[in-house]
Amino acid sequence: MKRWFQSKSINTPSPVGAVLSYLVLGFWALLILFPLYWLVVTSFKISSQVAEGPFYIPFVDFQPSLDAWKYILVGDLSRDTIRNFSNTLIVAPASALIALVLGATAAYALVRFEYRPRVGAIWTFIGCVVLSIVTISLGVPWQVALAVSAAVFIILLQTIGRQFKRALGNNDIAFWMISQRMLPPVAVVIPIYILFQRLHLLDTYAALIITYVTSNLPIVIWLMRDYISTIPVELEECASIDGASRYRIFWSIVLPLAVPGLVATFLFVLVFTWNEYLLALFLSSAKVQTLPLTIVAQNATRGPQWWNMSVLILIMIVPVIVIAIVLERYITRGLLIGAVKG
Amino acid sequence: MSGLEAPSYKIMNTKTEEPQPFRLHSVISTVADRMAGSVFILPTVLALLFLSIFPLIASLYVSLAKFDIAPGGFKLTLVGLDNYKKLFVGSEGTHFLGKFASSTPLTWVVFGAVVIALAIFLARYLLLTRVSISGLIGRILLTLGLGTLTWMLVHTLWNEGRLGTASTTLVYVFVGIFFQYILGLSLAMLTVQRLPGRRFFRVIFLLPMMITPVGVAYMFRMLTDTSKGPFTPIWQAMGLGDFSWVNNAWGARTAILIGDVWQWTPFMFIVLVAALESQPTEPIEAATVDGANSWQIFQHITWPAILPVSMTLILIRLIEAFKIVDLPNVMTNGGPGTATQSLTYHAFINWRALNIGGSAAVAYMLLFLVTFFAMIFVNLIRQRTVETL
Repeated sequence: MKRWFQSKSINTPSPVGAVLSYLVLGFWALLILFPLYWLVVTSFKISSQVAEGPFYIPFVDFQPSLDAWKYILVGDLSRDTIRNFSNTLIVAPASALIALVLGATAAYALVRFEYRPRVGAIWTFIGCVVLSIVTISLGVPWQVALAVSAAVFIILLQTIGRQFKRALGNNDIAFWMISQRMLPPVAVVIPIYILFQRLHLLDTYAALIITYVTSNLPIVIWLMRDYISTIPVELEECASIDGASRYRIFWSIVLPLAVPGLVATFLFVLVFTWNEYLLALFLSSAKVQTLPLTIVAQNATRGPQWWNMSVLILIMIVPVIVIAIVLERYITRGLLIGAVKG
Repeated sequence: MSGLEAPSYKIMNTKTEEPQPFRLHSVISTVADRMAGSVFILPTVLALLFLSIFPLIASLYVSLAKFDIAPGGFKLTLVGLDNYKKLFVGSEGTHFLGKFASSTPLTWVVFGAVVIALAIFLARYLLLTRVSISGLIGRILLTLGLGTLTWMLVHTLWNEGRLGTASTTLVYVFVGIFFQYILGLSLAMLTVQRLPGRRFFRVIFLLPMMITPVGVAYMFRMLTDTSKGPFTPIWQAMGLGDFSWVNNAWGARTAILIGDVWQWTPFMFIVLVAALESQPTEPIEAATVDGANSWQIFQHITWPAILPVSMTLILIRLIEAFKIVDLPNVMTNGGPGTATQSLTYHAFINWRALNIGGSAAVAYMLLFLVTFFAMIFVNLIRQRTVETL
């Protein structure tokens, strides 16, 4: 009996340990799968079957019907669904890709280059941005305001900006970029709405993509910075001895080595942009609505149409499950190695 | 931009942060290469500046103004700190800060304990380490901030006090993260063992984080319905058939916390799995050979190794958790009354009522709160990494 409690080797649990582990893991898996099961079951119900109380197993407890699925996929809502699904399909990967490109280059720069922006320069810049905003809201046409502020900035920079010698470093820049996530979207959304309205970009793909890129750049920088710092510097030094330019080094050496990290980061950001709701709610109205908005739209005045919602949620989950499977392999293979070695 | 000096060609050794001198001379000196530093980082900096800083400043301006519909759109009239005053001492005071109960011995005890702890913290800093101006200011702000927050929490949690949106958000964040971390760590430790089928578990555990948050919110609303949800027979068997958690402040908050923990434990889980798997096995093997049991191994080898990762992980999750809005909005509509409203939700309903200035003011208070706690954490992390170097 003693053997039941002995483990065979490091990391392999004893038989008793294995049984207990399976119990706990199985319990948690059940906790995760049951709500999803409930979604699937609800998608096959009609309103009376939902209102009269819980029915659990199709064909045994209740008669399943394809009404909700038909309504969403081929019936009255299908045009909206297909349009919104393709909108999500366009916006999410596009913004993830752009964020990846911008963020990976910035992350590489933060790891390999040494920046020293002067504090004076930063304050004058912020001061001029404030100046331009104040003058614009006082009625000055924005082109004039921006030109004047830029001029003031350049002038001030050469005079006052030089007085303050203290400079920030790479880590400060990185911290500033990552801290952009602290901005509650609700604080940011109103000015962005007005900005896009002035530029006549409301309800276009461009508005959504631009906003998603900027709100996800911090994540890309966080993940890629840690990942790139695990790529040994010697490879790049060898290449530069051979005469390669920095761009060549980045393109031919660093990027290919960073592919696992790039793929995993892309998938991470893709999941965030796929599921995003608040910004889409404000920035899109008719043409570029995304799927999460359709889900909330099923909350009609008669009450939430649970069956339709379940269908839509399930449609949204299916591509994401594929992403989860791929992502799991990449993560355990080392996306977070850099973050983990700290 | 003349604000950024041309980067020096010193490749940084990222571990000790001293620039290592290049082993070659001036082979790379073309203009394009000189500009490489700016080229790589400027697009990101510009994007973040225009679409993050600009709305931030514009929002600040809006929070200092009153919004009115006017012919041709809208107009903003500057009213100074009115919106903020309303949040603290004005009409929105109980909404934001909560209803303060009178002090009881219990509140004094808890508040006193926190004050003593903070005083010890300050004293240790002043006496034991070299004091710098910025460090001192930071710690004084920390003490004041934590002191006032404790005062608020202590007076609104018990007796006749009612939690305001600020306190509710704090409860969501800290209680939620606590459970998410404990569960994530336990599950990670179990899944790291060489059990057959663990990849299956890992993929399944990753799923909740991948569902759109509004979808999760509606799903939980379905599940927790006490008359139509799947757990109805269980509620009725326990005699709670007529109890509607929606009408009970803490019941509603618990439901939201359960949804939050369900959804975000995978985030902690997957990062901790990566951390645990990247640990070298030699120390553990050596310790086992020397006769250590698993608790000792965990305490002395595993825990110190994953501590840095855990702190960064908690920081990231902390920043995101403060923005919770989907679950309170969908599951309870912020009810009963305002009991489950989070700060983002508070800003949202102000916006719906066209009180845009008030909405921006609440959003800014949220920003201050997040920055306050994030700075505490970042400094904690910095202290840790300095100590272990």
